[in-house]
Amino acid sequence: MIDLETLAVGTVLPGREHRPDEVDLFLYNAALWNAHRIHYDQAYATGVEGYPGLVVPGPQLGDWLTQVVLEWLGDDGVLVEFEYSNRRAAYAGETLRAGGRVSRIDPERSEVGLELEVRNARDEVITPGSAIVRLGGTRA
Amino acid sequence: MSGLLTPEMLAHVGRSRPPRTEPVTRRDIRKYAIASGQRLRKYLDGDEAPPLFHVALFWDVVEKDDLLPDGVSVDPLLPDLPLKRAMAGGITVRYHRPVRPGDTLVAVRTLTDLYEKTGRSGALLFYEVTLEITLESGEPVLTEKTTRLLR
Repeated sequence: MIDLETLAVGTVLPGREHRPDEVDLFLYNAALWNAHRIHYDQAYATGVEGYPGLVVPGPQLGDWLTQVVLEWLGDDGVLVEFEYSNRRAAYAGETLRAGGRVSRIDPERSEVGLELEVRNARDEVITPGSAIVRLGGTRA
Repeated sequence: MSGLLTPEMLAHVGRSRPPRTEPVTRRDIRKYAIASGQRLRKYLDGDEAPPLFHVALFWDVVEKDDLLPDGVSVDPLLPDLPLKRAMAGGITVRYHRPVRPGDTLVAVRTLTDLYEKTGRSGALLFYEVTLEITLESGEPVLTEKTTRLLR
C-alpha cells in the first residue's frame, strides 16, 4: 500500500531490465500492424538505413515506462497523465533498463509525480518520461 | 526563418481525419499485453487495456499498395512537407477512464500545430497531432498529443 505520509521525493521505483530480441520486435509490430522494415528486416536496417541493428520501436520503450508506474502503483491509484520522448535509438539485443523515482508529492490532490527513464548499457538516457498518478481515487 | 512552410501547407493545421470507431476485444488486449511485455494479470488476461493499448488499436490499417518501400504508410493528416527525416518524437497522454473489453472507442486525429525553427544544423519542422478518444456516448477516454520533429 502506497502511503502519502511516508512517501518521499526521491523514492526509487522498482526497475526492470529488458533485452528485446527478434521475437519481441515481431510480436510488438504485429500487434500494431506496423510494417516499418527497420524493426524486422536486418539487411534493410543495417545496409540501407545504416543502423547497427534492428530498431526497437519508440512506443515500445514508452510502454515499458508505463509498466514501471503501474507495477509500482498496483490498485492503490490511477494513472492520470503520462509523457515520454524518444531521444536515442535502441537496438535488438541491447540490455535496457526502465526505472523511475518520485519527483513530486501533492497531498491535497493525492497526486504523485514520477520521473521515468529507459537507459541503455552505456548508461545513456534514451527515453525520458514522466507520469502523474492519483492515489486512492478516480480520474475525475 | 527559412520559409519552408507555404500557406497551402499551413492550411492543414486544424484539419481532422474522419472519426474511426473500433471495438475493444479481450483478444486484442491480450495480444498487445503479451507483445509489450506486461506482467500484471489484469492486462495479460485482457480484463483491462494497458495505458498505451490505443497506439495499437488505432494504428492505421493500410493496404499493401499504400506502404512505401520502407514499409511505412503516409500520414494522410500531413501535407507533403519539404523535410522528410523524422527525428525524436514526444507523446503526452491525459487519461480519463480505463479501457475494457466490450468498449467501443471513437478516435479523431487532428493536426493541431505545424511550425519551423532554425537549429544548429539547419531548418527543422515540428508538428503536433492531437488524438481524442471517447466512448460512442462522447464520454472522454483519453487525449494524446504527439509532437514530431522533421529535418
